[in-house]
Amino acid sequence: MYDLIVFLPLIGFLIAGLFGRQIGARACELVTTGLLGVSALLSWVAFFSVALGHDEQALIVPVANWLTSGKLVVTWALRIDMLTAVMLVVVGTVSFVVHLYSIGYMAEDPGRPRFFAFLSLFTFAMLMLVTADNLVQMFFGWEGVGLASYLLIGFWYERPSANAAAIKAFVVNRVGDFGFALGIFLVYALTGSVGLEQIFAAAPGIAGKTIHLWGFDGDALTIVCLLLFMGAMGKSAQFLLHTWLPDAMEGPTPVSALIHAATMVTAGVFMVARLSPLFDLAPVALAVVTIVGATTAFFAATVGLVQNDIKRVIAYSTCSQLGYMFVGLGVGGYSLGIFHLFTHAFFKALLFLGAGSVITAMHHEQDMRAMGGLRAELPFTFWMMVIGTLALTGVGIPFTSIGFAGYVSKDAIIEASYASQGFGATYAFVCVTLAAGLTSFYSWRLVFMTFFGKRGDWAASPPTHDDGHGRDADAHAADSHGDHGHHAAHESPPVMLVPLAVLALGATIAGVAFRYWFIGGGFEGFWKHALFVGADNKILEEMEHVPALVSFLPTLMMLIGLAVAYYMYMVDRAAPKALANANPALYRFLLNKWYFDELYDFLFVRPAFRIGRALWKGGDGAIIDGLGPDGISARVLDVTRNVVRLQSGYIYHYAFAMLIGVAAFATWYLFGGIR
Amino acid sequence: MQAEAVFFWIFSAVLVGSGLAVITARNPVHSVLFLILAFVNAAGLFLLMGAEFLAMILVVVYVGAVAVLFLFVVMLLDVDFAELKQGFVRYLPIGAVIAVFVAGELGYVALGWNSSPEPAAAAAPVGGLTNTVALGRVLYTHYFYFFQAAGMILLTAMVGAIVLTLRHKPGVKRQNVAAQVARTPATTVELRKVPSRAGL
Amino acid sequence: MVIGLAHYLTLAAILFTIGVAGIILNHKNIIVILMSVELILLAVNINLVAFSTHAGDLTGQVFALLILTVAAAEAAIGLAVLVAYYRNRGSIAVDDINALKG
Repeated sequence: MYDLIVFLPLIGFLIAGLFGRQIGARACELVTTGLLGVSALLSWVAFFSVALGHDEQALIVPVANWLTSGKLVVTWALRIDMLTAVMLVVVGTVSFVVHLYSIGYMAEDPGRPRFFAFLSLFTFAMLMLVTADNLVQMFFGWEGVGLASYLLIGFWYERPSANAAAIKAFVVNRVGDFGFALGIFLVYALTGSVGLEQIFAAAPGIAGKTIHLWGFDGDALTIVCLLLFMGAMGKSAQFLLHTWLPDAMEGPTPVSALIHAATMVTAGVFMVARLSPLFDLAPVALAVVTIVGATTAFFAATVGLVQNDIKRVIAYSTCSQLGYMFVGLGVGGYSLGIFHLFTHAFFKALLFLGAGSVITAMHHEQDMRAMGGLRAELPFTFWMMVIGTLALTGVGIPFTSIGFAGYVSKDAIIEASYASQGFGATYAFVCVTLAAGLTSFYSWRLVFMTFFGKRGDWAASPPTHDDGHGRDADAHAADSHGDHGHHAAHESPPVMLVPLAVLALGATIAGVAFRYWFIGGGFEGFWKHALFVGADNKILEEMEHVPALVSFLPTLMMLIGLAVAYYMYMVDRAAPKALANANPALYRFLLNKWYFDELYDFLFVRPAFRIGRALWKGGDGAIIDGLGPDGISARVLDVTRNVVRLQSGYIYHYAFAMLIGVAAFATWYLFGGIR
Repeated sequence: MQAEAVFFWIFSAVLVGSGLAVITARNPVHSVLFLILAFVNAAGLFLLMGAEFLAMILVVVYVGAVAVLFLFVVMLLDVDFAELKQGFVRYLPIGAVIAVFVAGELGYVALGWNSSPEPAAAAAPVGGLTNTVALGRVLYTHYFYFFQAAGMILLTAMVGAIVLTLRHKPGVKRQNVAAQVARTPATTVELRKVPSRAGL
Repeated sequence: MVIGLAHYLTLAAILFTIGVAGIILNHKNIIVILMSVELILLAVNINLVAFSTHAGDLTGQVFALLILTVAAAEAAIGLAVLVAYYRNRGSIAVDDINALKG
């Protein structure tokens, strides 16, 4: 069964990829979606079978041998424990839902077979990642999802902005992967193996050991975990390696929903949780995780406040929520992070797909300033987005654990960050609490701008240099809608609405239904040994005992955010523009994402281009080509040009040459030569 | 011995002088004639050294054939030798340099030769044989293959010269030996009965 | 005075030098070049015969005889080439013979 779950998407990819042109687009859609549906169904079966089962150890399903080199043994094997099962469900469900949605969303796109093939390829790679039994296989899945992300971001490859975004995503991920690879090497050097069982068994023995690396001494496990976390930072778009995520919105909306909301970006979170036996023994690394996550949560929320592209707002929201997950992991609550991952997958995918529905209805217009009053025209979508926003902002009954999905998981993280004694926990608490307020603000801002008011209400918003150029519009140049937005938008077809409903169900009840098992009393029975909990790690208990004010704080922040958004976007519509004009520098700073792109361009991209150009023109061109083929051919020409002058055609010149030669020979034999 | 020395000096002086004249003469016919003079004097030197066969061959072949050939060609070609004398002065320095160089080296070798001060006198006939006979005895036995090769070279040269210069002029009567030999009485002889005192 | 080997060798050297100089100085005049070559060969012959006499070995004279043969053949061919060239070009000005210029 587990083999089927992982490999059915691969079969879907191969069929759609190799035979797509022969079998036609509709067949591709049906085949891939159908196979994924089976895979998703089986993943739920697996979830319940592992949850209700009593195996304390992980189930290892061997698939094949990969390589054996000296002491290094790497195999293809599936590791099935509760963490894996949770991820299988997340990946399978969201992927199936997105496949179904894409049938409607991409209905007019000629590249559909390619699209569905890539979606299935991505799913396969993600499943390999989460079922990996050793770090190298996980790296394979890691790279595979990166590849699929590149292919899908750049799906509309005729657009230069899409190509640039795809390359940016891949390159920034590469920076993280570099750290990940170094971490794997170091793990192998320390433990002599890359298999998870062996590493986990060896971890306690390495804790506290110092190693001498690159000229300085450091705690071995800390360095390993920091390097591995670097990979997670890249993949999960954490602060400093986040720049690729907003640009990744160049891809079609289903891609954003699947990859950049629910699954690929959560791979980093999964990896830290999976390696909890290592991380829990390296408190310094956990502190770094906490601080980075908290900073990301705050930073992304501030940027999301002022974005005008509907997908960008949701993208920054994703970035921020990933920061939350890492805060949860960093304070020791690995299940907190995974629980938030689980719930976030549902409501974030819901928000993205809902936004996709809006974009389709608006004929591929993405700028929110062109929207307004869509509530009447897209009622179903409106309610789905509201449910998603309620889940995201964390609406629930205070002082209880009853509420929408985000209320349960996000507030748990906020409470845990308060309760934790770890380094950086207080900083994290402040950041995530503020971010909760900001999250509420921008989420409701999105809803109010899009669905309320009248069309064109926001057209006079402060004109800025922003990056919402309404990209999707290019793909449908055939549409002769000159002035977009002034036609009545119509609701999307059912094939796009059913997925929204499924996800909305998850967004509503996932928190309440699963809390007990994920982070509550049923923790032991549910997770068994999938997540390592150190002897000192009592965070799950401690977070239950925080003061009442602290547990009310997130709801308070949510209400404040809602109130401010309501005021600025429903009551006093001129307020946003006035506020922006009053603080132009701050506004621009936020709008331009804290100028990180410009900073990286100056620090890394331009020098890299300069070095590249120097090596290309100077190194490759002048030196290697100059000394090699070009140089040799030029020298040959030079020499021949000079030698040709010897062949004058005049006999007396030749006679001279002979005479001089004879004289030379005679001289040589006379004074040197043979004796 | 004195006579020999005197003759040696005379022959040498004239030889060198005529050599210089060959290369500097303005009239090419003069050059050829001076070449002939040089050859004759060289033949004289050979006689002094006792190589009389070689001396006579020098006169017969070199003077009688080669030099005459030169003369024929000089007469045959209508050449503007004045034009060809250009560049004489321009190349004089380098010519002098190389000449001196070569001469110096040769002199260095020749005079540094650790040779016994035996005179290169005319050798008496070895074992009572004349030079010619002795030469024949050596040539046709030990150096027979070289002799044959020399013959081949001459044959090749002859063929080559003919090939290069033969021109078939139209209207020149030539023999067709094969046709001549293949003649039959039927094609050439006609029998006619002629009564006496009648004529044809 | 006794005319020794050295005298003959010196004489041959001088004659050789004259021949070489002749080639260099008369580079435009093919006929004089050929004559200079004959002078060179003559100098070589003198050398050989002098050594032959000095060493009492007839090999030198045999060699000189063969050189004579070759010199004659070479002069014949050289002049034949010159005549053929003259017939085609109408002059023997070697300044014009740079058709084989590379």
